[in-house]
Amino acid sequence: MADELLSFDAVLERFDPVLGLEVHVELSTKSKMWCGCPTEFGNEPNSQVCPVCLGLPGSLPVVNAKAVESAIRIGLSLNCQIARWCRFARKNYFYPDMPKDYQISQYDEPLCFDGEIAVEVGEMAYQVPIERVHMEEDAGKITHIGGVGRIANADYSLLDYNRAGVPLMEIVTKTIHDTGAAAPEVAAGYVALLRDMVRALAVSQGRMERGNLRCDVNVSLMPKGASELGIRSETKNVNSLRAVADAVRYEMRRQGAILSAGGRVVQETRHWNEAGYTTAGRSKETAEDYRYFPEPDLVPLAADPAWVEQLRATLPEHPGKRRARLRTEWGFTQREFGDILAVPGALDTIADTVLAGATPIAARKWWLTELARRANEWGVALDELPITAKQVAEVQALLDTGQINDKLARQVIEGVLAGEGDPAAVVQHRGLTVVSDTGALEVAVDGAIAADP
Amino acid sequence: MLTRSEVARLAALARIELSDDELDAMASQLDVILSAVAAVSEVASQDIPPTSHAVPLTNVMRPDVLNWVPRSQAMLAGAPDVENGRFRVPQILQEEQ
Ligand SMILES: [Zn+2]
Repeated sequence: MADELLSFDAVLERFDPVLGLEVHVELSTKSKMWCGCPTEFGNEPNSQVCPVCLGLPGSLPVVNAKAVESAIRIGLSLNCQIARWCRFARKNYFYPDMPKDYQISQYDEPLCFDGEIAVEVGEMAYQVPIERVHMEEDAGKITHIGGVGRIANADYSLLDYNRAGVPLMEIVTKTIHDTGAAAPEVAAGYVALLRDMVRALAVSQGRMERGNLRCDVNVSLMPKGASELGIRSETKNVNSLRAVADAVRYEMRRQGAILSAGGRVVQETRHWNEAGYTTAGRSKETAEDYRYFPEPDLVPLAADPAWVEQLRATLPEHPGKRRARLRTEWGFTQREFGDILAVPGALDTIADTVLAGATPIAARKWWLTELARRANEWGVALDELPITAKQVAEVQALLDTGQINDKLARQVIEGVLAGEGDPAAVVQHRGLTVVSDTGALEVAVDGAIAADP
Repeated sequence: MLTRSEVARLAALARIELSDDELDAMASQLDVILSAVAAVSEVASQDIPPTSHAVPLTNVMRPDVLNWVPRSQAMLAGAPDVENGRFRVPQILQEEQ
């Protein structure tokens, strides 16, 4: 890392940033895209493979209907047109993560195209135009063994194909203009919106840390007043919301320094490093190099408009609208609500807790303090904690009715997390009730004295 | 006319190593094939879409259900090399600088 960087402000004085985002979403279907193998994550290597997803001769793929349905629902949520007729395409490349030596994807006939979605950053809304949503398959997992550091020095590589053939959606924006200083936040906000959207649609787990949702960030700079797009870089696998914003900012500053010094930006693929900078990767293969052609093993897809309309009726409330509605209903300030949005999954768990009867303030308190801390300690998402929204609401109800105090409530939550049952059961089992009824207290005291005089 | 460098590019993409003599031979042979195929474009008019599928079928799909038995041993058995339940492949050159 020895890139010259221009200050962010200086970049904005001279240039307008132009963004393009490619997001890959792994669907949470039960079976793979073209075969009946499970998609489950984290099992023994190559325990979920068959002749189809290993690309063995004579095997034939068949499209997973649920994956197509999910793709259409994603497309509709992004206000896309749905193609009346489209084909799959074979993308040829030799790399051992693709056992067939090609990936089945879509090329010039994506299932969904020409959409648009609004991304809110602070008080501003930015329109992000969507170029396409297309279907493809994920690759296997490759591990390089031996050598030092670089792939080229590895002695050999090992392949696990459990992930090969898992349904993958690629969502591509058109170029995004006029974001100015907000470019990093618009990019991250867009990815956050997609994450929330696929989760609300229940089509993907949308966990960036697990690779369910992966982002490639394209950035270029246009000199102020210019009308032609600048040369862009494509930063691969930017895998957290924070990294998306940081990668945009870094590339703006790096390219700004090159252009200000009279240089030319190289069109290339770059890698995002967790330490906060990008490095040049391999030179990008052009679309021609992939020698796309219509996939002969799969027949075309003709989405019946009536089916598309049925699917449209299944769409959940748009995440942006839902956020706005909940903020108003709950009466939180922008900042209080922002704290909720900053914790993945908190909006849903809090909403469920409110539905279960807790006040928004109480629900927010539990999920953002006690439970967020525990989730953090255990390295799990909020909705993976062994406590339900209903149980949190029950703890709050016990607190509100004075049966327990705040300190005991924390113990009840501990008990629920430890698998001791529902809050009421934990209270009883641990004997946690605050005794405020003096009659009962006197009886208990008398009893204790009688038992042990 | 297909050039020698175009053939070299195609060979590289297909990971086929060709000697200089082979490149020359391939360039002229492939050129004959390409011009033979090009004859099709003389009869097909612009308003006829290229055929990609011979059978007029659409929407062949399967429900999202598991159809699978664990058989990783059998799957791995066909591979030239295996290590710890994974397929072992030679080092991959020049994928990253
Ligand atoms: Zn399979």
